[in-house]
Amino acid sequence: MEKVFTRPKSMTDKPMHFCPGCTHGVIQRLVAEVIDELGIQEDTIAVGPVGCAVFCYDYWDVDFHQASHGRAPAVATGVKRVHPDKVVFTLQGDGDIAAIGTTEIIHAAARGEKITCLFVNNSIYGMTGGQMAPTSVLSQKTTTTPAGRDKNQIGYPVKLTEMLAVLDGTAYCARVSVHNPANILKAKEVIRKAFEVQLNKEGFSLVEILSTCPTNWGLPPVEAVKWLENNMIPCFPLGEYKVAGEVQR
Amino acid sequence: MLEELIIAGFGGQGVMSMGQLLTYAGMIEDKHVAWIPSYGPEMRGGTANCAVTISDREISSPVVTEPTSVIIMNQPSLEKFERVLKPGGLLIINSSLVSKKAIRNDIKVVEIAADELANERLGNTRVANIIILGAYIKLTKVVTIDSVIESLKKVLPERRHNLIPLNRQALELGAEIV
Amino acid sequence: MGKVLMKGNEAVAEAAVLGGCKYFFGYPITPQNEIPEYMARRLPEVGGTFLQAESEISAINMVFGASGSGARVMTSSSGPGISLKQEGISYLAGAELPCVIVNMVRGGPGLGNIGPAQSDYFQATRGGGHGDYRLIVFGPASVQELVDVTIEAFELADRYRSPVMILGDGILGQMMEPVEFKTAKIKEGPDKPWATTGAKGRKRNLITSLYIVPEELEKHCLKLKAKYDEISANEKRYESYFTDDAEIVLAAYGTTARICKAVVDRAREDGIKAGLIRPVTLWPFPDRPFNEAADYARAFLTVEMSNGQMVDDVRLAVNGKKPVYFYGRTGGIVPSKAEIYAEVRKILEGGAR
Repeated sequence: MEKVFTRPKSMTDKPMHFCPGCTHGVIQRLVAEVIDELGIQEDTIAVGPVGCAVFCYDYWDVDFHQASHGRAPAVATGVKRVHPDKVVFTLQGDGDIAAIGTTEIIHAAARGEKITCLFVNNSIYGMTGGQMAPTSVLSQKTTTTPAGRDKNQIGYPVKLTEMLAVLDGTAYCARVSVHNPANILKAKEVIRKAFEVQLNKEGFSLVEILSTCPTNWGLPPVEAVKWLENNMIPCFPLGEYKVAGEVQR
Repeated sequence: MLEELIIAGFGGQGVMSMGQLLTYAGMIEDKHVAWIPSYGPEMRGGTANCAVTISDREISSPVVTEPTSVIIMNQPSLEKFERVLKPGGLLIINSSLVSKKAIRNDIKVVEIAADELANERLGNTRVANIIILGAYIKLTKVVTIDSVIESLKKVLPERRHNLIPLNRQALELGAEIV
Repeated sequence: MGKVLMKGNEAVAEAAVLGGCKYFFGYPITPQNEIPEYMARRLPEVGGTFLQAESEISAINMVFGASGSGARVMTSSSGPGISLKQEGISYLAGAELPCVIVNMVRGGPGLGNIGPAQSDYFQATRGGGHGDYRLIVFGPASVQELVDVTIEAFELADRYRSPVMILGDGILGQMMEPVEFKTAKIKEGPDKPWATTGAKGRKRNLITSLYIVPEELEKHCLKLKAKYDEISANEKRYESYFTDDAEIVLAAYGTTARICKAVVDRAREDGIKAGLIRPVTLWPFPDRPFNEAADYARAFLTVEMSNGQMVDDVRLAVNGKKPVYFYGRTGGIVPSKAEIYAEVRKILEGGAR
């Protein structure tokens, strides 16, 4: 019988620790599929964050650096400068990349660092138990915004992909989502494109991936998918923001 | 021999380079040498100074707090450094720029109108500091003028070597007038 | 190669290049800017990379990435910048990554000033960041020694897979002295099978300091401890100056030790039996010579450009056998020979036990 579905080669067989209904595992798988398809498993060095994805090295079978909170783009810069011919990418959550690590991501992009950053945005701090994230949307209830995010008190969500698109060092950036099959397929295409931009030495590339967090949103998985669609996508419109060095919108 | 010199003046007068030149010359003569600049905000337009130690033994401390000689290139420096000079020490003052007189009488004071000399005799005020250096070398004999010229060849880029004869004249003029 | 006259900051940079350093990541701060400036000119000549980071935090994390990728790498800073690097240094120690960190110490705390100081001794010798770790710390006292320990620092960093810190001060960085670079050829680091180079024909390598299971982290910490014990047993360096018959033993490192040497010279001229023990490694601290001198000296005097930090280590080494006095200046003030000598006389005339 023909095998039509199997674990990507660059994935380990370790069971994932992610909560039920969390789409993080989908993202890890998509990246592994792209690594396999591009045939770069032996040439890839990944850099992980602090946050829910802190154990992502358990699931990817590639050389790996565990960075401190927010600093993955700096660590990746160090790696890439030593190994300019390897594929270097980071996986970072919203707190990691858009709060504590804002400096590192902006300057890695501004330098046109030839790395790829994958930014998982679930609009909440998952690992620490549901606190407000830099990407929590207005009125969103979290453990540190119990009455909902109030723009007069704590301001607005950070739109990192839009911010990075205007930097000359950014060759490619896009926002995708993995809340349904159509978007998952689109996300994979975009992740692949971001890696190709790096392989072609065009410059910095980033993919923001909207992801669910049923546990900390306090919703059943199916409701979480709807919440993402109704609350996150209006705030964080999907699409390519920079292609071939041209700002798209 | 342990010579501990402080050179002090305004930034831009060549205070630092005078000290470096002397240090280099000492090294060429296989003496033990060290050079420490004052550094930081005070460099920017304010008073600058450097300390040079030249010794025939290993230098214990390159930090000069009681100099054996002081070269003064501006008025504020006279007030600051005359009092720390060792008794019997040498105080050279560029009297073109410092109108005040030294007040201590347990030291040797030499006044040189270096800017006037540089202008009148050599037609270039920028070598005033080199005239003073020539005088200092003559009085202390810590290094030879030839070593200073040798150092200039090393520290000046090739395209500036045309300035070496003028510097030699300045050194010799300084030596001659004391 | 003969002697050349160089500033400490430039000499440490050249020494790093000769020691095989190919990568430098830094952020400007006075009084160490000549180091990144020198590296920016020099590293491209040897096929290396200089990168000015957006912050000290980024710089140390770039060091983390480059070191984990197998390169010899350095960063430098001063006081406040070194504080910012501490998290990264803790990660480097935890992940057992080699690198060299230069701290040309300035006056603190806070923004303090840019004058020379030795007030970062505790930070350097006690680890500095969070967690249970140590750095090998050198406290060189001359430009030549700065060069020699820098070249060696890269060897030790690789041998022990540990960050090594060179603790200088503003004077050491700015001072010019003749130096000789005894290494003619640029050194190469050893093979690093643990480094991330792309997992070709081998199992993948993981650079991490994360051990979520307590038993595993304890095992890792005990492994680190065994390494630190080995370093303690093998790498203590110091210089003794007229200590054989000393009645009073001065203790000082770096620039302050140079001044204390001159004080010893002066005391000896006056017939006072003074000596100096100058630690060259600040961690591991050379405790034995102090303990031995405590058998015959009457007293110790630790001199620092701080309110008293290394004096704790001297007291631990002397272990109560004899009194240990302290004299310090802070805030960018350098203690003078006269002040220290007066202190020596005061102690001896006060009839120290």
